Amino acid sequence: MTYIAKPKFQHPGLPKNELGYTHRDYEGKVSTLCAGCGHDSITASIIEACYELSIEPHRVAKISGIGCSSKTPDYFLGNSHGFNSVHGRMPSVLTGANLANRDLIYLGVSGDGDSASIGFGQFAHSIRRAVNMTYIVENNGVYGLTKGQFSATADRGSKSKKGVMNTDNAIDLVAIALQLGASFVARSFSGDKSQLVPLIAAAIRHKGAAFIDVISPCIAFNNHAGSTKSFDYVREHNDAVNRLDVLTGRDPISVEYAPGTVQVVEQHDGTRLALRKIDADYDANDRLAAMTFLQKHAAKGQVVTGLLYVDPDAEDLHTHLDTVETPLNTLEAKDLCPGSAALEKINASLR
Amino acid sequence: MKPTDISAPDYFHKVVDCQWACPAHTPVPEYIRLIAEGRYSDAYMINWKSNVFPGILGRTCDRPCEPACRRGRVEENPVAICRLKRVAADFKDDVKHRMPKPSSAKNGKRIALVGGGPASLTVARDLAPLGYHCTVFDSDPKAGGMMRSQIPKFRLPDTVIDEETGYILDLGVEFKGGHRVDSLKKLLNENYDAIFVGSGAPRGRELDIPGRKEAAANIRIGIEWLASVSFGHVEKIGRRVIVLGGGNTAMDCCRTARRLGGEDVKVIVRSGFEEMKASPWEKEDALHEDIPILNYMVPVAFKHVSGKLIGVTFQKVKAEYDAKGRRNLVPTGEPNQTIPCDDVLVAVGQENAFPWIERDCGIEFDKWNMPQVDPITFVSTNSKVFFGGDAAFGPKNIIWAVAHGHDAALSIHKMLSGEDINERPLPEVNVFSQKMGIHEWSYDNDISGDKRFKVPHRDKVIALKDIKAEVELGYDVKLALGEAQRCLNCDVQTIFSAPACIECDACVDICPMDCITFTENGEEDDLRQRLKAPSPHHDQALYVAEGLKTGRVMVKDEDVCLHCGLCAERCPTGAWDMQKYLIDMTYAGSTCQSKARSAA
Repeated sequence: MTYIAKPKFQHPGLPKNELGYTHRDYEGKVSTLCAGCGHDSITASIIEACYELSIEPHRVAKISGIGCSSKTPDYFLGNSHGFNSVHGRMPSVLTGANLANRDLIYLGVSGDGDSASIGFGQFAHSIRRAVNMTYIVENNGVYGLTKGQFSATADRGSKSKKGVMNTDNAIDLVAIALQLGASFVARSFSGDKSQLVPLIAAAIRHKGAAFIDVISPCIAFNNHAGSTKSFDYVREHNDAVNRLDVLTGRDPISVEYAPGTVQVVEQHDGTRLALRKIDADYDANDRLAAMTFLQKHAAKGQVVTGLLYVDPDAEDLHTHLDTVETPLNTLEAKDLCPGSAALEKINASLR
Repeated sequence: MKPTDISAPDYFHKVVDCQWACPAHTPVPEYIRLIAEGRYSDAYMINWKSNVFPGILGRTCDRPCEPACRRGRVEENPVAICRLKRVAADFKDDVKHRMPKPSSAKNGKRIALVGGGPASLTVARDLAPLGYHCTVFDSDPKAGGMMRSQIPKFRLPDTVIDEETGYILDLGVEFKGGHRVDSLKKLLNENYDAIFVGSGAPRGRELDIPGRKEAAANIRIGIEWLASVSFGHVEKIGRRVIVLGGGNTAMDCCRTARRLGGEDVKVIVRSGFEEMKASPWEKEDALHEDIPILNYMVPVAFKHVSGKLIGVTFQKVKAEYDAKGRRNLVPTGEPNQTIPCDDVLVAVGQENAFPWIERDCGIEFDKWNMPQVDPITFVSTNSKVFFGGDAAFGPKNIIWAVAHGHDAALSIHKMLSGEDINERPLPEVNVFSQKMGIHEWSYDNDISGDKRFKVPHRDKVIALKDIKAEVELGYDVKLALGEAQRCLNCDVQTIFSAPACIECDACVDICPMDCITFTENGEEDDLRQRLKAPSPHHDQALYVAEGLKTGRVMVKDEDVCLHCGLCAERCPTGAWDMQKYLIDMTYAGSTCQSKARSAA
């Protein structure tokens, strides 16, 4: 960590977004994580994505559990709502908040311990219920706060800092998310912001459960030879299927793409996602093919990254439950309690 | 771009903008840190070594450092470098014992110095301790030259001049006051081993318009009048005074006139207010003393009745710019305006004058009647005669005279040691880490958000009553500390080691000024486009390093770096380090004979 506060001065030529904010206006407190932590790059990417989307900070609720990753919401969007919940319970707190106020943007930040171990069930249920959220797992494969034991996402056969081999099978959260029906699934790498920032922006603009698994090397305990979550390993084995441009305005697509190299996906809110294909055969709209692709490449030791699956017509929990358009927290008492006459009417209809 | 060679002495020197801009290359951040620590004497000595007259310059310098100061690119105002220099001079202890001693062994070489101003005194300061016998000639009884004769006492008290010229004369320098040199030939015949001409630009420019002769009794040339005031020959001026001219001399004239009975004093300039040559702060001080500055008015005649000046007639003009951007002042067509007055002070410029240099003693003059002087060695076409200060290239200011003096002294010393004066030794450079612990540095890296502190002034009513009462009171200890904390420590450099870097982006993410970018290499113009933040100042270097695993390059835009060290604090592998860069300029006798470039 750093003892001095980050100076308030900023570059005099810093660009401003539609709201007149620079990216510095989306920062939080200075990070207390270890120097070089991948999580700090994810923090910077979230800041950048929110800046680019011109999001009003007070329209965001950032919710986390426990762990290094779950500390990070303190380091971005200092003017947003936040809830640092119990270990592994981010998804249920987020679901409750989302039900009470459907108008906010929900950012769930979790780690591999928080989501793949203690909160595995919570993770699964929030995904299968299609809560409208951006669920980011900052995945480093170790328990950093307790000095680097393997977590549930550590690959079998990878080595700890002390040289001990991991004998347990790994949970691939991306595969699980796909199977549970997440309507936006991506994987990225903290060391590649040019890939990660547009993915976060697209996920924020996605209606439904958007899940991003971000491999984030732990400098202190998991950045050595033999680790499969180190900077070097991920850079060598990164198999990006596509690169993404997020087009938010009504403007026509101005970037020139060679024919057949781009797949444009229009999301519910009009956001267009231009997927520049790296793997020509990869179709980001095919859930089954994505699952197979993932398994095949995982078997070869490849780390598949990019926007792996998106359903542009996805629905969310509120649609399924047919809740009112007005956020529940702004409903007046007379709407919430229409009186005994209305109750009588309902009871009569059920007789 | 090619990777940056950070071992070149100039690379990091340029990053220390203030020091690079200072003609004498004073190590500004180093002495400001000492002021913050309360080590005023140490701060003074660092200044004294570089600029010879810290107390004088701390009150009068033209401050080329301040427009260059990085703080001025980060917020509204630069650090008050000049006035912090004065703080060192004001609060220091007795430093006599820290001054060089007169040399015990003379080397038998005699140097004549013409003029007792800053240029000559700097040469004497550098050469006397090496055993040279230096003789300074000046027509005034005391040393100081224009610093004593032209700068009003309410800006620069005599005590400060006496003290700082004293340090030099105490080195065993012979001072011949009241001795005007009127023939170079005669001086050359006295067999000096070298002659240094630091006689300044002593002639005020005339304003030859109708009425000048007839009304001469009430029209004075500014610098001559200031000198007369300075030596007590003039003690009064009329009630209504017009000062013609827009330079710092005009500002000194009008403020002096206010103190000698001038109640209605005006400055009237040909150009626009903004283009005036006077430093902005000097204009401010004049305005503060109720002196209006009227612009775009060209004097066309002095009005007089039976030999008595009654006013000045002005033509009104406006500025027009031609296709090449050159300014022309053209009449507006409005009728001329006559402004009544009792006295006029003409401060429309200064000229060099060398009536005492015979044209046949080996010194070539150019078509402007200026001696031909080498801009690096300061030698004239006579290999024994050197020029410096205003005498070399026309009117500048004290700090330039000091810089010239250092270089001329080096030339003289090399010449008399039998060396080639054109071979200029490189400065010595020291670069060393400031790391004390994981997050501890030997400098204060917490950036102060304070705005520039104002220097307290004496109450105007009192100041205007006493021509010797210094107007600026200087910072007190508390204000000085606050101002010193505003310094960004630009001499503590960010040093990058590519082999240690794992490209985790921690430095990129923490940098408050978005200075750092990791990207594919390219040509400079292209690279500047692809940086994390715009890079509009092409005079500010890009620090490029290659040798990263991904094949990218690290590019750091030096422009607005706060030198806060957060990149180094957040770096997990120590690829970034904060290292203090100190440069020792080469002075006469300060180095071995021919020194190789020292690596950073």
